[in-house]
Amino acid sequence: MNAECGMRNAEPSPGIKYGLLAEYDTAAAIMHAAETIRDAGFRRWDVFTPFPIHGMNDAMGLKNSKVGWFSFIGGATGYTLGMLMIWYMNAHDYALTVGGKPLFSPHFAFPPSYELTILLGSFGAIFGMLFLNRLPRLHHPLLKHRRFARATHDGFFLVIECTDAKYSETETRTLLEATGSRHIEVIEE
Amino acid sequence: MSAVISANSIPLPDPPAELVRQPLVLNQRPLGWISDRVAAVTEGPAPLWWKVSFGISFLVMLMCFSMIGYLISTGVGVWGNRHPVMWAWDIVNFVWWIGIGHAGTLISAILFLLRQRWRTSINRAAEAMTIFAVMCAMIFPLIHVGRVWFAWWLFPIPNANSVWPQFRSPLMWDVFAVSTYFTVSTLFWYVGLLPDLATMRDRAKTKLRKILYGLFALGWTGSNRHWNNYEKAYLILAGLSTPLVLSVHSIVSLDFSVSQLPGWHTTIFPPYFVAGAIFSGFGMVLTLLIPLRAVCKLEEVITMRHIDLMCKVTLATGSIVGYAYGMEFFIAWYSGNPYERFCFVNRAFGPYWWAYWAMISCNVLVPQLFWFKKIKRNLVIVFIISILVNIGMWFERFVIIATSLHRDFMPSNWGYYKPTFVDVCTYMGTFGLFFTCFLLFLRFVPMIAMSEVKGITPQADPHHPLGGAKGGPR
Repeated sequence: MNAECGMRNAEPSPGIKYGLLAEYDTAAAIMHAAETIRDAGFRRWDVFTPFPIHGMNDAMGLKNSKVGWFSFIGGATGYTLGMLMIWYMNAHDYALTVGGKPLFSPHFAFPPSYELTILLGSFGAIFGMLFLNRLPRLHHPLLKHRRFARATHDGFFLVIECTDAKYSETETRTLLEATGSRHIEVIEE
Repeated sequence: MSAVISANSIPLPDPPAELVRQPLVLNQRPLGWISDRVAAVTEGPAPLWWKVSFGISFLVMLMCFSMIGYLISTGVGVWGNRHPVMWAWDIVNFVWWIGIGHAGTLISAILFLLRQRWRTSINRAAEAMTIFAVMCAMIFPLIHVGRVWFAWWLFPIPNANSVWPQFRSPLMWDVFAVSTYFTVSTLFWYVGLLPDLATMRDRAKTKLRKILYGLFALGWTGSNRHWNNYEKAYLILAGLSTPLVLSVHSIVSLDFSVSQLPGWHTTIFPPYFVAGAIFSGFGMVLTLLIPLRAVCKLEEVITMRHIDLMCKVTLATGSIVGYAYGMEFFIAWYSGNPYERFCFVNRAFGPYWWAYWAMISCNVLVPQLFWFKKIKRNLVIVFIISILVNIGMWFERFVIIATSLHRDFMPSNWGYYKPTFVDVCTYMGTFGLFFTCFLLFLRFVPMIAMSEVKGITPQADPHHPLGGAKGGPR
């Protein structure tokens, strides 16, 4: 925890500090700024854009998303569940003879199991994504900020949280100014 | 200094005019313009066209529900289904509606995997169309079971008789395919909506809108750490929806082809049904979007290039369907099976000849007009053709279902199917349900995926001069 963090801001608006917000004009500008911040070794920071910018994951130094694992586990569960369910229902619990066909065969059990693979695989992808993003959440300090509303419209923002070990209000501000931000301000909790 | 030529300022000649691609958003509109224009459809008082069409749709929807009420309270005898045609408009409408839905998933999933950037302008509306079409489709199998209060026996839920569903039947596969399709399409659509719901939340003027859009946006901020997981999830969903959409109509076709009936018992059915589904779905997308782009003033986002590309997909899938019709006839002759042969000759020249030739002219002949650029540029003609495609595809399902059933192996089993007013009004009524849902969608949810359209503009590309890249115009 940084020493400056959690302290009350000076006048005119006293509140608990959250971090520094820098605004950029173009997709290229914010990508270069992200490269600078990544190379400066910050950890608790993020970029907010109205659409995913191609190449930003590398510029921020983010690793490949882990959503795929959730989806894989979901899909494997779905397939197994489907096969087991059909075997249990039609061959084990209530053996049902239809047209002299075998009580269980992976062939007729395949279509429902295939659909369950897709169903649970999709659940894995969606709920895995929400879990990794820690969503849904009802409150976020940035969402109170009037200027930040443009992050879902046409604004490009970079936020460094004051909990970052390297955060210093003056030095970080200078660094952000050097990346060409046209507006920098302190955000409150 | 002008003599110095660096690596990124070598003067290159401009490409010839015919090689320059039409932009996907015309007039180099700024990013903010996109959300302003798209969100405007949902903001302010409802326009007159919306109120009138909503009122009509709502009344037609009530007609649908009253017909269903009459059917349930009286029995399936109110329909025209009689021996030997025990599957008729109910299943025709089911297959037709579910086929309509397939274009939405093709646009949202398959075109996404194929990196077709033009899909972004139409995917939201097409996916909404999918969801509402599947809702209309699901009504029919539920009510055609006769004793609707036992419809839950379709699902593997323990019941008092201790008997489980019979999974060797393709009808059971259908239950899983259609319910999975509905669930996954809805979730895929919702995931695509998240960033746009956040846009709606951030531009909301009233407290109520702010709270409601805020709740549904789940606290989306546009964080790139979130986008990283989001894009992966979206890609996986597209990858899962692609085999899903292909399997759904394949399984619907297995409802027929697994049986032994001539006219139904063919291996060509799964690919033929999937092509037909996408064909009819694109017909419906064109029917919906041609008027909408005009009344919602979105001509710069849903451009003539989009219309042109959709016409091309319609032409391609229509030709596949035409090939399948020809191949069915060839195999009926080549199989040497007299029942098969009779069935197909009877389709074209028997009592239902009018349905067969309506199908051929609407599905095979009319879409061939899309070979001509002049036709594709004339929106009135494209609109009429799109409606003919929908009519033709309805007749296709009618031809497959009713004509195969009405004259089976023994002449003593022959009959002629006629629908009753309940059949007609229930089918017409589902349009009311569809358009009621679709019009509500238009008023409350951005009908174009704003964040995705922004993402394909040159301003979004950090390596493009409009996106802020340095190094001259190239």
